[in-house]
Amino acid sequence: MSARKLPAPQPNPETQAFWDGLAEGVLRIRSCDDCGQSHYYPRHICPHCGSEETRWLDTAGLGEIYSLSVMRRGEGAPFAVAYVVLDEGPAVLTNLVADDLDGLAIGRRVRLAPRPSDADGEGAGPNLPFFAPAGV
Amino acid sequence: MSLRNSACIAGAFEHPTRLAPDMTTPQLHAECAAGALADAGLSLRDVDGYFCATDAPGFGPISMIDYLGLDIRHTDSTEMGGCTYIQHVAHAAQAIAMGKCSVALITLAGRPRSEAVQRFRPGAPENAFEQWVGLTNHTSYGMCAARHMHEFGTTSEQLAWIKVAASHHAQHNPHAMLPKVVTVEDVVNSPMIADPLHRLDCCVTTDGGGALVVVSPEIAKTLDRPVISLLGAGEATKGPSGGLGLDLTVSAAAKSGPRAFEEAGVTPADIKYASIYDSFTITVLMQLEDLGFCAKGEGGKFVADGNLISGTGKLPFNTDGGGLCNNHPMFRGGITKVIEAVRQLRGEAAPAVQVPNCDLAVATGIGGSLGARHGAATIILERQS
Repeated sequence: MSARKLPAPQPNPETQAFWDGLAEGVLRIRSCDDCGQSHYYPRHICPHCGSEETRWLDTAGLGEIYSLSVMRRGEGAPFAVAYVVLDEGPAVLTNLVADDLDGLAIGRRVRLAPRPSDADGEGAGPNLPFFAPAGV
Repeated sequence: MSLRNSACIAGAFEHPTRLAPDMTTPQLHAECAAGALADAGLSLRDVDGYFCATDAPGFGPISMIDYLGLDIRHTDSTEMGGCTYIQHVAHAAQAIAMGKCSVALITLAGRPRSEAVQRFRPGAPENAFEQWVGLTNHTSYGMCAARHMHEFGTTSEQLAWIKVAASHHAQHNPHAMLPKVVTVEDVVNSPMIADPLHRLDCCVTTDGGGALVVVSPEIAKTLDRPVISLLGAGEATKGPSGGLGLDLTVSAAAKSGPRAFEEAGVTPADIKYASIYDSFTITVLMQLEDLGFCAKGEGGKFVADGNLISGTGKLPFNTDGGGLCNNHPMFRGGITKVIEAVRQLRGEAAPAVQVPNCDLAVATGIGGSLGARHGAATIILERQS
């Protein structure tokens, strides 16, 4: 468990459904009906082709570690920063949670493990798309 | 139309301070401006173009132009992070070529050791998805290094050679923050900061600054300084861009470099001296590959065994000690890259590291965060005979 403060994201009309999905344990990306490609982080207009014909796509929340770096210094250290490439295609910049951070490696399968952010006031903020090793 | 021989660098100045608790940042800008203008043999009255980035104090360039007492007809505050000042040389040349100014002053200064510096950019569309990640530059560049090691077998020892070479140069720089020569063992045994980057893989943090004066070729010929001419320039950006095809082993320099070499009409094999932005050791290794000094994946072998050390290696780099050992003012190492390239081309580098007959140099840099979204700028400079 990280002791770092996790700043609460500020949902907006372009991203509200993303945070709503995470509240239910679902990682949503954006898919384009014109070029057929998906993207993350989600935008209204497709960054691959410029089309406005994009829609939400629920992912399975599974992927593999593309790269990672464990921060050893500062507040909340150690914690693992990583890119996870989703089975649906796009890469997600995230944190990995594991009992043994040194056991993490490029290529390892991981699954979505949502974690609440820290609200400015009382209670928790929106869930964040953390990942954890799959199958444990 | 091209930028080839469109403008010259007539003045270059690196502030000697590395810690400035009793100065202000505007004062540092002004001292750097005065230093570069004196170096060129010009005065504030001659300046008709002014360039700074968005970290400069106040409202864009307007505050600094007024503070410095300039009367300008062209200004530009293009922002590309640490490599901005390499890009500003090219943008100044563009303005000079178009007749919009003839004496362009570029300044950088900051005091990150002495005061809190705002680095987070509010309102960026990626913030909600990245701000909580804890993506400091250490982990961002660390992920690039980890992936490079995974794909190409690059080792920590090979990365360490970059720091070792920088330290060999820094020992001859009386202003260098870290003038002590270090070994590969020193680097790999220094504390781990963000895997696989150790403390000695990271650049220094310094107060300070620098300034450049870019002038038209006609004015350059009237000054009592060697004529250092811009031959070519390139810029590019790169980011996850939706997250498809992520490749952290290639930087935007893979585009900015070839663009600059093509415009200059020279190749990496022609280069006598290279200023390569060294925020971390991996930053240097990737840019060397991306500029074409070696093939992708071969950077580790290229930098090993002192190949970057002036006098012994094939490609002398960062002979001032670079950001790794000398200076990284305001987290922005682009300007010192240009300044040391100018020193080398003039024959004014420290005698122990001066490259003989140095008439062609490259200065290249990365701005922003290599593991996320970043920019790159590259310029090729030549001493006119």
